[in-house]
Amino acid sequence: MRKNQVAVVGAAETTELGIIPNVSQLQLHADAALNAIADAGLKLSDIDGFATAVETPQQVCHYLGIKPTWVDGTSVGGCSFMLHVRHAAAAIEAGLCKTVLITHAESGKSMIGKAPRSIPADSLQGQFEAPYGVYGPPSMFPIPVLRFMKTYGITHEELASVAVVQREWAARNPRAMMKDPITVADVLNSRMIAYPFRLLQCCLVTDGGGALILTSADRAKDFPRKPVYIMGTGESVETPMVSQMETFNSSSAFKTAGPLAFREAGIAHGDVDHLMIYDAFAHLPLFGLGDLGFMPHEETGQFIADGNTRPGGKLPLNTNGGGLSYMHSGMYGMYALQESVRPMRGIAPAQVPNAKISVCHGVGSMFAASGTIVFTNER
Amino acid sequence: MAEPQRARPKPTPETQHFWDGTKAGELRLQRCDACAHVYFPPRPFCPSCASRKVSVFKASGKGLLYSYVINHRPAAPGFTPPYAIAVVELAEGPRMMSNIIDCPQTPEALELDMKLEVAFEALDDKITLPVFRPTKG
Repeated sequence: MRKNQVAVVGAAETTELGIIPNVSQLQLHADAALNAIADAGLKLSDIDGFATAVETPQQVCHYLGIKPTWVDGTSVGGCSFMLHVRHAAAAIEAGLCKTVLITHAESGKSMIGKAPRSIPADSLQGQFEAPYGVYGPPSMFPIPVLRFMKTYGITHEELASVAVVQREWAARNPRAMMKDPITVADVLNSRMIAYPFRLLQCCLVTDGGGALILTSADRAKDFPRKPVYIMGTGESVETPMVSQMETFNSSSAFKTAGPLAFREAGIAHGDVDHLMIYDAFAHLPLFGLGDLGFMPHEETGQFIADGNTRPGGKLPLNTNGGGLSYMHSGMYGMYALQESVRPMRGIAPAQVPNAKISVCHGVGSMFAASGTIVFTNER
Repeated sequence: MAEPQRARPKPTPETQHFWDGTKAGELRLQRCDACAHVYFPPRPFCPSCASRKVSVFKASGKGLLYSYVINHRPAAPGFTPPYAIAVVELAEGPRMMSNIIDCPQTPEALELDMKLEVAFEALDDKITLPVFRPTKG
């Protein structure tokens, strides 16, 4: 794909984030969509392309009353929205549609209008993983981390510092769920969830949603908001069975999607002003920094513990507070994308001065899938 | 009301040989006749070279503790926390998820790369699960 040919012209989250027991999941999609439409100064009838995950496109399109000529229901977990951005950019460039709406919403905490997730007993996961007592993401996603830590010499304190630094960002964000300062000791003394992970190393569980609107860069200059261009994209999948990853020292999907996006954007690591790495759990920024090639994996823990990713540090990371402190409805990718767009527009609560390039890296269904988007505010 | 049960695998035609094996006290893996790749979970072709000529064989049952978590909450139905959910690297190459028995479920006792051997735990008259214990001596 050619770079900077498609732009984000609308971006918004649901009116409320957090615990929203009075709104169904489907209505959260609509709320986010209407907010993004208003942000872009459009009418619903202007939308001719649509993508979403978990809910079907036909469900959300019918509810909103839109009749697209291009749809994408790619559903690979929490990074589905990074893949939607990539697919939408290609569709716009190919002339299949002009204006794409991407929605995410999840009643992750209140479970209103949300189907329960279940693992069929005759699936491979149902036969070869579920019988051993895995129970949702907290007991599955961290399974590789002890091997990762042993291989690279990452300490428990360094891993805990991921949560501490992200809380510093969250403190500057009025919409963040958790804003009180925490220390490494607080993290290491918090309730045990799945050793080595304690409560403060696990993401929040909340309700909410978000939506993006994309159009061609040529049209984008006529919109009310400063356009944010899609500079490069990448995607990949590995395995839905965490036990069957190629290695626990790295994510094959990260290592494919990330470098692909960097190559397409034509950027080097030093060009990145702002970085989002989907942090469902505290180890993911360490995997991400290594797999995306910012530094060798063995340096990632010390890099974060030393404050390089904190406010004022040389590589601002997860500046909304991340899934650990901002919010996490179950599929966090949309919120990471929103937080990449904000500093590119110059409107982030914790703005990164003069930021021109933001990299947004997502993960889905444990380490099963990955998508990376490079954004820029200069065409 | 019955106690909540541990999740029960439901075999498919492609995995039936594996579950027949565990019931007979064997850990069965598959090897590609064309490229000799050994793989898991079961499927009737080689995920390395795509050959459909593959054989089932009895594995040694020996492995190493590759990684794990010790789950505290929420516990899966049929489990009493804390319990380790482990990934074992088999001597033949593939990895599989399992539980570690005859061993305290603590970070001190569950040492990465410790030697393990397979054991079999019958859940009912249809399903026997392979689990692992530290190798003696």
